[in-house]
Amino acid sequence: MGAYAYRAPTNVEEALSTLAAEAAAGNRAQMLAGGTDVMVQMRSIDKGPRTFVDVKHVAEANELHIGDDEVFIGAGIASAVLNENDELKRILPGLIESADLIGSTQIQGRATIGGNLCNSSPAGDTIPALIACGAVCVIASPGGNREVPTEDFVTGVGTNVLESTEFLIGLRIPRPKGRSSDAYLRFIPRTEMDIAVCGAGVALTLDDAGICMAAKVSIGAVAITALVVPDAAAALVGTAVDDEALAAAADASSALAKPITDKRGTVEYRRKVVGVLTKRAGAIARDRALAL
Amino acid sequence: MAEALDLKAIGTRPVRPDGIDKVTGRAAFGADLHLPNMLHGMVLRSPHAHARIKSVDLTRARAAEGVLAAVSGADFPGGAGAGDLAKNVIARDKVLYHGHAVAAVAAKTLLQAEAALDLIEVDYEVLDPVMSLDEAMADGATLVNESQHTNGDTSKPASNVAATQRFERGDLAAGFAEADVVVETEHRVPMAHQGYIEPHACTATANEDGKATVWCCTQGHFDVRSLTAQVLGEKVGNIKVIPSEIGGGFGGKTTIYLEPLAVKMSQMTGRPVKMTMSREDVFRATGPTSGTWCKAKIGAKKDGTFTAASAWLAYEAGAFPGAPIGPGCMSVLAPYEVPNLVIEGNDVLVNKPKVCAYRAPGAPQSMHAMESAIDELARQLDMDPIDLRLKNSAAEGTVAPYGPRFPAIGLRECLEAAKVHPNYTAPVPEGAGRGVAVGFWFNIGMQSSAEVRIAEDGAVTVMEGSPDIGGSRASMALMAAETLGVPYEQVKAHVGDTESTGFCNVTGGSRTTFATGMAVVQACEDIIAQCKQRAALTWDLDEEQVDWVDGEAVPKPGVNADVKPLSLADIARGAGRTGGPLLGRASLNAQGAGASFSCNFTDTIVDTETGKVDVLSFTAVQDAGRAIHPSYVEGQMQGGAVQGIGWALNEEYIYDDNGVMENAGFLDYRVPVASDMPMIDTEIIEVANPFHPYGVRGVGETPIVAPLAAVSNAVRDQLGFRIPDLPLSPPRVLEAIDEQGGH
Repeated sequence: MGAYAYRAPTNVEEALSTLAAEAAAGNRAQMLAGGTDVMVQMRSIDKGPRTFVDVKHVAEANELHIGDDEVFIGAGIASAVLNENDELKRILPGLIESADLIGSTQIQGRATIGGNLCNSSPAGDTIPALIACGAVCVIASPGGNREVPTEDFVTGVGTNVLESTEFLIGLRIPRPKGRSSDAYLRFIPRTEMDIAVCGAGVALTLDDAGICMAAKVSIGAVAITALVVPDAAAALVGTAVDDEALAAAADASSALAKPITDKRGTVEYRRKVVGVLTKRAGAIARDRALAL
Repeated sequence: MAEALDLKAIGTRPVRPDGIDKVTGRAAFGADLHLPNMLHGMVLRSPHAHARIKSVDLTRARAAEGVLAAVSGADFPGGAGAGDLAKNVIARDKVLYHGHAVAAVAAKTLLQAEAALDLIEVDYEVLDPVMSLDEAMADGATLVNESQHTNGDTSKPASNVAATQRFERGDLAAGFAEADVVVETEHRVPMAHQGYIEPHACTATANEDGKATVWCCTQGHFDVRSLTAQVLGEKVGNIKVIPSEIGGGFGGKTTIYLEPLAVKMSQMTGRPVKMTMSREDVFRATGPTSGTWCKAKIGAKKDGTFTAASAWLAYEAGAFPGAPIGPGCMSVLAPYEVPNLVIEGNDVLVNKPKVCAYRAPGAPQSMHAMESAIDELARQLDMDPIDLRLKNSAAEGTVAPYGPRFPAIGLRECLEAAKVHPNYTAPVPEGAGRGVAVGFWFNIGMQSSAEVRIAEDGAVTVMEGSPDIGGSRASMALMAAETLGVPYEQVKAHVGDTESTGFCNVTGGSRTTFATGMAVVQACEDIIAQCKQRAALTWDLDEEQVDWVDGEAVPKPGVNADVKPLSLADIARGAGRTGGPLLGRASLNAQGAGASFSCNFTDTIVDTETGKVDVLSFTAVQDAGRAIHPSYVEGQMQGGAVQGIGWALNEEYIYDDNGVMENAGFLDYRVPVASDMPMIDTEIIEVANPFHPYGVRGVGETPIVAPLAAVSNAVRDQLGFRIPDLPLSPPRVLEAIDEQGGH
């Protein structure tokens, strides 16, 4: 354990110059959102000295817009704010339920989707949900903002595309149109306060006849990063998302999964259950879309 | 007898005396003490599950900034010949489990202490760890302790089997030959931890006069005093122990870990030393309960009459002998009349932490095996599982497998109540399964003391020495109020330290409300006798002419005296004129702890695609003898049920190949969370214990016994086949379903 410093810049420009100054001084800087992962890590596995740069005071990272074409969720927005937003729950129910799975009510007062993404755990619950609904990461960078699709953001266990002088401002999500909806399911041995053994997010769009026009499927905790499952989406598109199509999607997820055996589950178990979750999440997303 | 009593306080549900402080955060637990100039102690723990210690060098640690003391096993008496307790507190010649304490430091700050641990140099010769019962019991096994011989018999080779136990009755072979149906099952149950919320913590301060004071969270401060003295080679009288509030124990806080280290380092520095465990330390280095391997066999006639039964039990002791095979053997067939039986137990060393008591230690594992076998028997006989148990139920006069004849017991009453319970008469929910099992715990008495002091306004202080882990202060106050005939609110029960109250054994064995309660009742009777004597003196009557009725001294019927009754307050106010303050006392070694039986049943549903088991309902019926404070009896029943369900479904110590526990935290050591559980429905049965003045039986341990088998039997009911081993975690259940589907 060593010395810690704390900075609370109020806008992107200030935050970038703080990061640049820390980097120039040879200090380790770490962005802090809710701190629900960072605080736990600094008390256990990673006690090294560093400067925390708090994103919760950066104005641009604390915006929440629900536009006609796009939703923007700032990296500092607490999950509790999202979970209590009726419009978001209606248009992006899967994404919101993934955020609502993380932590207790008290923890959700601090926790953020952006933090969950930047923590870049293979088991992060919001990541497959973000990928399924086509979220794009807006990254503040010294040369100006850059954008990266969520499926390309995480690069390994606990690693991502952010440079030490960059940070996540927020997420741009295309607003679902027509009969579009999403769902996210994870498996844990308990009902809450646990970490995903595997997870699956499905977003899809149905036509007036109930036939799937577009779909995106992402699975979590079955590889070092969340995976996109194109074959699962292909199995759903052009069908009524019936049992046969869902079974094919389940098989595609199981086939793509590259899980490990650890204290939370075996390779065989995760491979099988990630298919089950794909099937079940697909059915929920379908029913939600049909109800629109 | 107790049924005839007209009770006023007992059986009511007043607010517990410690409740407000606990809700507001004012209550002081083990880690809450801060003293001036206090040092922070930390322990260096073994990174190996099994290794010889070649040397420990503290030189660099002692020289580190802020460090005032550093100790290893060499600083404690006994050397390599020290007793098991002392060697568990700090290793000498060998480390026997990952996390075993090897050295400790005390520094001005926690960060300095932590940094100093890295400077301690330990040279280990790493040995193969012995991590399972099969390995430990195999021929040619690596020995955890090279000088351990089974039952101390040195004529045989050294063995990891430290001790064996055997109960036998009748002719087993003849009994099985008589049976129409015989069932055999075999089960493994993993090592599990009590999971108390509060980690172990203590603060010690040693004075220049050689006296030391220890503040700690414990189930028995008198035991902390004697055990700490033993490890340090000190006189008991040199150590005073003050118990804090306790955040759960369940048997796990009946021994010592940190206390001798803190006292020793305080003696070395002249400053108070505080030590606390992390959650990880608690899992790795305190006393969980045994992982087990049990075989059960039972035979019955077509009408369900048991003809013979046998049980073979092997229990992991951890690093030192002391697995609860005795209670495991005592419990396994205790609920039944079985004419022919053999019960064998094995206490087996492995390179895991030394086990400690956990709620009915040893009974949940052995009874899980036998109650599973009996469930199969009921299926083969096509009998209702409660009916089969009723047919063979132990009752008053039954000779228990371990010897004594049961006095009045309440097993039949529990079974009969379960049979007509609305949760049992209701149909099993669509797709789900229902399981039934019986639980038992013999309960213990042991030594207790109590004093009752009356203030000048009649306020009653009950002073006793049993740490309150389950609402016992409220129960003591209720029994005192009942006996004295005063309102509950007039009584305050207090747990004194080792120098302010008489000796009490640990709060354990479900003994406190029974034994310490008996002492409190006797101390109150002492007060009543004194009050009658004072009233007689006041009224110029003989003592025999005075009665005590509803909290007042009155002349006995027929005694001709024109006097006003004297209340406790009246007598206390005038006590100076009648012989001085009112002080009642009692000390005893309580005999006649009544066994408590239970019947549990549960409806569960398995998600056959994920293997997850959901508990839909759970009903616990248990004999409490007499529920002094029914809410706390129900609380024991519910808490024990939840711990048992957790063990059945997800809790287990998971080790890697090197003997390192992989899930030393609540994220991956999965105790149930509130939302996992249905409301645990309870029904208290009251078959009075004839040996307690109010009929009390201990209730704290029986509740954890039946849930393991009840859940297993419910899952069996739905799936149509049995998964013999626990936990019924999703991967295990799904794998079993897949295997079954493949056949």
